[in-house]
Amino acid sequence: MAEEATGGLQIHPMDQFIVKPLFGGDAIHWYTPTNVTLWMAISVLCVVLLLVIGTRGRAIVPSRMQSVAELAYGFVYKMVEDVAGKDGLKYFPYIMTLFIFIVFANFLGLIPTAFTTTSHIAVTATMALAVFFGVTILGFVKHGAGFLRLFWIDQAPLVLRPILAIIEIISYFVRPVSHSIRLAGNMMAGHAVIKVFAGFAGVLGVGAVFPLAAITAVYALETLVAFIQAYVFAILTCVYLRDALHPHH
Amino acid sequence: MEGDIVQMGAYIGAGLACTGMGGAAVGVGHVVGNYISGALRNPSAAASQTATMFIGIAFAEALGIFSFLVALLLMFAV
Repeated sequence: MAEEATGGLQIHPMDQFIVKPLFGGDAIHWYTPTNVTLWMAISVLCVVLLLVIGTRGRAIVPSRMQSVAELAYGFVYKMVEDVAGKDGLKYFPYIMTLFIFIVFANFLGLIPTAFTTTSHIAVTATMALAVFFGVTILGFVKHGAGFLRLFWIDQAPLVLRPILAIIEIISYFVRPVSHSIRLAGNMMAGHAVIKVFAGFAGVLGVGAVFPLAAITAVYALETLVAFIQAYVFAILTCVYLRDALHPHH
Repeated sequence: MEGDIVQMGAYIGAGLACTGMGGAAVGVGHVVGNYISGALRNPSAAASQTATMFIGIAFAEALGIFSFLVALLLMFAV
């Protein structure tokens, strides 16, 4: 605190997450173009570039772009098939959309001075709530009241079943919370760590090599985390989908 | 040294909430360690269980993230 007043150590790790309007003024309405909407648009543009423009040739021997797109498609397809089962493949486009958007938002956020849209809980909670409501409605449409058997575990002893039912119901409703905060928290924490080390580098002079080495290491880790968190988000969506399609454990 | 005691309590609580990270670290390490020990015993079955490992990591990690959330709430919302 005292050092900050004298202008020595100045670290503002959370400043990078401030939402700013692009064109003047400070007021943010629902229609204001901000840096969040800009970077979201850029990630959507990148998705279109990779998946629509990149595969336009439809070559038998794929070009570089097309083989990356095919790799991503096959990866997500196999994941949905393995985790959600054969009848989950009907919902593959939704999971592919989520995965590819999150991957691009995470990786674009790693560019210095870029804005990480997925570091905002408002963004991830929208996606997580869409999954939560979608899956719940799907479960009730497919199974009617039988969907509630998800909470009534037949394999457990009868005495334990009501207690387990309460635990299951609580864990079911915590799902959107953990689903969204996992992604946002990981992104926000990683980027804040990088900024904190950058703050150390600013005051150490020649000793700044150590924080810079640490930043390099953390950045490498963040590159891994950016992919893994998108993967985890998609795979948990598949798990929730499987629960909705087969509530009988 | 000035400020009010409520803010001090919030900051101390935010610091204490970070101990939850240790629990998540133990959980994630346990999941991955057991996965690797299983994978070394039966490498042919390892590839099919990678997705399960990531789901396990995600669940173990979620509770650590909750402690992070508590810290954030104490810092900015209380």
